[in-house]
Amino acid sequence: MNVQEKLDSTLFEQSRRGRRAFAQAPDVTEATDLPQALLRRDRPGLPEVSELQVVRHFTRLSQKNFSIDTHFYPLGSCTMKYNPRACNTLASLPGFTGRHPLGPLSHAQGFLSCMWELQEMLKDVTGMQGVSLTPMAGAQGELAGVAMIRAYHDSRGDHERREILVPDAAHGTNPATANMCGCKVRELPTTAEGDVDIEALKAAVGEHTAGIMLTNPSTLGVFERDIIAVDRIVRDAGGLLYYDGANLNAILGKVLPGDMGFDVIHMNLHKTFSTPHGGGGPGSGAVGVGERLLPFLPTPVVSRTLRDGEAHYGWLTERDLPQSIGRLSGFMGNAGVLLRAYVYMRMVGREGMRRIAEYATLNANYLQARLQDAGFELAFPNRRASHEFVVTLKREAREFELTAMDVAKALLDRGYHAPTTYFPLLVPECLLIEPTETESKQTLDGFVDAMIDILSQARDRGASFKEAPHSMPVRRLDDVKAARELDVRFGKTA
Amino acid sequence: MSELPGDLMYTSEHEWLRREDDGSVTIGITDHAQAALGDLVYVELPEIGQVVETGGDMAVVESVKAASDVYAPVAGEVTAVNEALADDPEKINNDPYGDGWIVRLAPSDDDGGLLSPEDYQAILDELDN
Amino acid sequence: MPFIPHTEEDTAEMLAAIGAERIEDLFDEIPAELRIDSLERVPKALNEMEVSRLMHRRAQRDGAPSCFIGAGAYEHHIPAAVWEIATRGEFYSAYTPYQAEASQGTLQTIYEYQTMMCELTGLDVSNASLYDGASAVAEAALMAVRSNRKAGSRKVLLAPGVNPTYRKVARAIAGNQGLEFEYLPMDTADGGVDFERLDQDTAPVAVVVQQPSFFGTLADVDRLTDWAHDRGAFVVAVVNPTSLALLKAPGHWGEAGADIACGEGQPLGVPLSSGGPYFGFMTCKQQHVRQMPGRIVGRTTDLDGNTGYALTLQAREQHIRRTKATSNICTNQGLMVTAATIYLSLLGADGLAAVAKASHRNTARLARGLCGIAGVEPVFDAPHFHEFALRLDRPVAPVLEMLAARDILGGYDLSIEYPEFGPELGNLGHVLLVCATETKTDADIEAYVTAMREILETPVAQSA
Repeated sequence: MNVQEKLDSTLFEQSRRGRRAFAQAPDVTEATDLPQALLRRDRPGLPEVSELQVVRHFTRLSQKNFSIDTHFYPLGSCTMKYNPRACNTLASLPGFTGRHPLGPLSHAQGFLSCMWELQEMLKDVTGMQGVSLTPMAGAQGELAGVAMIRAYHDSRGDHERREILVPDAAHGTNPATANMCGCKVRELPTTAEGDVDIEALKAAVGEHTAGIMLTNPSTLGVFERDIIAVDRIVRDAGGLLYYDGANLNAILGKVLPGDMGFDVIHMNLHKTFSTPHGGGGPGSGAVGVGERLLPFLPTPVVSRTLRDGEAHYGWLTERDLPQSIGRLSGFMGNAGVLLRAYVYMRMVGREGMRRIAEYATLNANYLQARLQDAGFELAFPNRRASHEFVVTLKREAREFELTAMDVAKALLDRGYHAPTTYFPLLVPECLLIEPTETESKQTLDGFVDAMIDILSQARDRGASFKEAPHSMPVRRLDDVKAARELDVRFGKTA
Repeated sequence: MSELPGDLMYTSEHEWLRREDDGSVTIGITDHAQAALGDLVYVELPEIGQVVETGGDMAVVESVKAASDVYAPVAGEVTAVNEALADDPEKINNDPYGDGWIVRLAPSDDDGGLLSPEDYQAILDELDN
Repeated sequence: MPFIPHTEEDTAEMLAAIGAERIEDLFDEIPAELRIDSLERVPKALNEMEVSRLMHRRAQRDGAPSCFIGAGAYEHHIPAAVWEIATRGEFYSAYTPYQAEASQGTLQTIYEYQTMMCELTGLDVSNASLYDGASAVAEAALMAVRSNRKAGSRKVLLAPGVNPTYRKVARAIAGNQGLEFEYLPMDTADGGVDFERLDQDTAPVAVVVQQPSFFGTLADVDRLTDWAHDRGAFVVAVVNPTSLALLKAPGHWGEAGADIACGEGQPLGVPLSSGGPYFGFMTCKQQHVRQMPGRIVGRTTDLDGNTGYALTLQAREQHIRRTKATSNICTNQGLMVTAATIYLSLLGADGLAAVAKASHRNTARLARGLCGIAGVEPVFDAPHFHEFALRLDRPVAPVLEMLAARDILGGYDLSIEYPEFGPELGNLGHVLLVCATETKTDADIEAYVTAMREILETPVAQSA
């Protein structure tokens, strides 16, 4: 083992029998009264290491990550904006972190007042009539939304409506969610300009239509211009409209999903309201609904009553909402994430909401214009970018074998996280680029320079990036081996 | 240019079918399909005795970047599956028309709707453009 | 402008590059009749000092009561290093590790987490976590339907000790796919399954067994596991990870072991935090790995042959498989898993066992103290782990209110979920579920017992 390998080894390899972080466990020696037959005889193979070893190991591991705090992260569809530190500090106050979820209302008024106000603010920015904070991620919000649509039709005895329309450009979660709700998916084609194909929509709707799931601005980075027609067609057919809030950042304070005709929306608080992505979670997928779906909201929902001019906060449960689609989590959802979103929204404030959309859109259009000038091909050159846009490397891939994957990996070597690659699936060799409002012009210019450098090296000097990256902790990984020779736990290979 | 044996029938879903002497049919995916999927890492096979409809899901082939259903080109009962693919899915990459066969069916239906090699070639040509 | 770095000059130059006059022009594809000028209910912005003042006030308002509630979320000591490291920006503000070369920190952490969960549960493979314990049970049921196709059933039977909220969540998540969740009959003496009343002809797709049960009791899981397997059902074990330092791992239940284990990961270094974010863990036998929902990290090699880590088996997931994905899930609770991995590393097997023993000892002391009061008695004649059900001589809710007035959160009122006599689940009216983890001192426990004694010495009529 060389030095590097030793430093990078797993904690299991550093483990020595009998070593411990002695400060970290109560000093208990007495045997328990538990029956022998129920006890385990083997010792679980957890690492046996000192506290310093643990701290050093995980600190070193952290340093192998790209993150917003360390790198520009223009990952389309993910809204990787700055996560203000105050949100973490204030949500981590002991009064909040120490509160048991089943504690009495007498010891919850401070927390619940934040949650109630968050619900109100989310209603305001979406134009919805009711909000439930309980979904634990965007995909769970989607599940709640489609389940509510289904429950609505069922409550009217309309049991044949089981078809969900989804544009072919949609996130994979949309069709997967519809399937989880026991609905059939019908895909809608997209026009060359990036809008929903209205004629195809007219042909698709009917007595089986439960609803349509739309992201607007869409996953193609453009605003759905025919939204009013889409609303009319689906509504006339008896269907409901579902708004996938993945791209809400682009329209905050500019247009309300409720005004566009949507009946239900999920919000990704970890995108729009800047709670941390945490290396893959936790998210938070609050849902908002219009009048018709209010009785079906997932529980619990925070309530407020005024007594003698004083506000008292409590919960609406299944007893208050007997038609609710039910509960989605053990308690009330990702409360700590919700607190972070609350702090963020209070710091941004009413005017700040509009500015988020404005500067996110400004940054995207600026980057789009600069990259187009530099010779990159846009998937939708005649459209405004929303807060993100799509570049296609179809030509570069054909002419000099520069693929989206190559550009992604070459960017890592230049200190930039890669944009989203190969999504949306409709556009070949694509990069979906979302700079967010928190990046400065200087950062964007640096990114453009890196993109130009990669393109010119490949085009003019025949450079290949098939083996990039070179400066990361590892080189390109063998995904095929990972899947064929499954090794998902230390000490045991399938 | 992908290889296309002349003695097989094809489908627009990039599958091939060979009629065996005993009346059964052997089914696999075409060279074009395996190349598009990339290195295969897993094949989910049906149970022997399973009855499948024409166009119904029968198996799944999976690479690191995609998973694709294998549909039954004709209706019938599964009489054999290529067990060797469980350990070596790459047989499909290496020899799609031979060692990489996937399922054998006893057909219960005629095989109208299958494509000749020429018709399938025309589909591939279209994709190239 | 909070968190927006643009100077006026920047904005002007950028607009010029775009060829637009005003930022407003960039929104010209939105139909004019839909555009709005301002929001109504979002308050004006606060600066960091102002919002800090507000949040401190609200956090303090909820006080710092002495908490004896468990019921699915447990107050354990969290070593300082856990969140100091987990909230490093490199973990906190990173995305899902799709770009493996730039995410080795997150990926190796998850690989180590997966190993630890396999070790604790005695099973072969682990995913990178799910949302929480409740939703993990729903996902486990769906997984059992996919994996145990032979059973040809969508009926899932729950042992009586399965957390009632987990059943509600499972119904909400999986009910639309036709899954049914029914409780098995309870033996009211010990809180476990009444084997005499079991329907021997039933053929469910899975039997869910929670150990320790929601009531804190421990059951003969070996017998139940074998019973389920004899009927062609999968066994889904729902377990408290702290307890696994002492209790038999699900992989060793019965003759063949549980097929899937899952549960609430919160006790492993995650603060109570009003119910979340927590994480759900899930492990299973090797042969079911392809039906497991959620992300999985695998170890592999790079171009130079060096060890590295990457997401694997992604073709099961929604972004590739879409309608036919194993789940719509595209989140693991990455940050919580990071914390749990650090927590388990700091404690090790001996440390975790010490936490389990201390919690169990404290709960036993508390139960002994409370049962010494007239009008309080144990409900079940069964071994228990770190949680205990007591019957009071009067409704629980007003007693809890009086305790809360003394800043003691006295436990969980089981009549909320079990309001009356039920043929299957027995009478749990007037029953209080208490828990004292290792964080409680003898003085804390004594204070609770004293308060309870004073309250119960007041006749019922006056206390109600």
